[in-house]
Amino acid sequence: MSKFKKGGKKSVTGITTASLPDIIFMLLFFFMVTTVMREVDLKVYYSPATANQTKKLEDKALVSYIYIGKPLNKKVFGTVPRIQLNDSFAEPDEIRDFIAAKREGLQEVDRPKMTVSLKIDKKVEMGIVTDVKQELRKASALKINYSTNEGDPIKEISKH
Amino acid sequence: MARREIQEINAGSMADIAFLLLIFFLVSTTMDTDSGILTKLPPMPEETKDEQVDVKERNIFVVLVNRNDQLLVEGELMNIKDLREATKEFILNPNNDPNLPAKEIVEVDYFGPMEVTKKHVISIQNDRGTSYEMYIAVQNEISAAINELRDNLSMKKFGVKFEELTGDENEKKREAVEAIIPRNISEAEPKNVGG
Repeated sequence: MSKFKKGGKKSVTGITTASLPDIIFMLLFFFMVTTVMREVDLKVYYSPATANQTKKLEDKALVSYIYIGKPLNKKVFGTVPRIQLNDSFAEPDEIRDFIAAKREGLQEVDRPKMTVSLKIDKKVEMGIVTDVKQELRKASALKINYSTNEGDPIKEISKH
Repeated sequence: MARREIQEINAGSMADIAFLLLIFFLVSTTMDTDSGILTKLPPMPEETKDEQVDVKERNIFVVLVNRNDQLLVEGELMNIKDLREATKEFILNPNNDPNLPAKEIVEVDYFGPMEVTKKHVISIQNDRGTSYEMYIAVQNEISAAINELRDNLSMKKFGVKFEELTGDENEKKREAVEAIIPRNISEAEPKNVGG
């Protein structure tokens, strides 16, 4: 009868935290492997356009980024859309040097696979984009990617 | 001599150290995968050569976008919603319309002789004032038209979508579909379309 009745006070045993560091280390390694370091600090406002016929960019090492948008710091830089290469504003004619430098940093076999990802704010007018595209053609960086969000562009356009 | 006890290192703060590292990596890294519309720019023409490619008028599908983001397709004002269907009709020319691109009989692997509008060109021209959002929308719709046609064809013949025809063993099949529905998009040299 008294098989299930245990006399005496039940003492609450504390949960052992000895394995907590291991768990956290596991998480740490997971994040270290799956993520990449932030490339640049954005200096321009960037809200991507939407499209649904997109492809994923495979190899991050082969991708260079060009940002175009209105400067975040309006008081100093005004509201005209600007090009950002690496960590600073640039003029269209600096793109050729930028591409050359990026290409130099790649292995010889990978150079033809180099892709330029254009991260352009959706409000930007095509004039500056066309200038950038012409410069890219001059630098013969012909593989480009218009970075977009997933979604239906017609719905987005009919919103305004 | 008294034997010294070997003291154990207190590992209680190990979790805190690991947390600190974890938070550092969470903040300083990004996880977003970059996706977008992949295209290839045409190479810069050599200045000595003044190339004039002769394309018959019926084979060109002209898409103009003006600075107010309005579309002019083949000389008519069009809503972007209708662009996909118009592009499909242009590529396929199902009713042998004399104003739509001419068909040629081409021998294709797996399919045999097919009537293909081989010489068609889709020409996109935009103004410097066109918004980037609209430009992407036009690119997207035209890509969508081509992808849907390829999917249809691939579904009918091979039972799988075009994008699922991957790997070396399917390369011939991919080429066959691409031969029937080619992707000929031309972006004009920049100029002011006006409006």
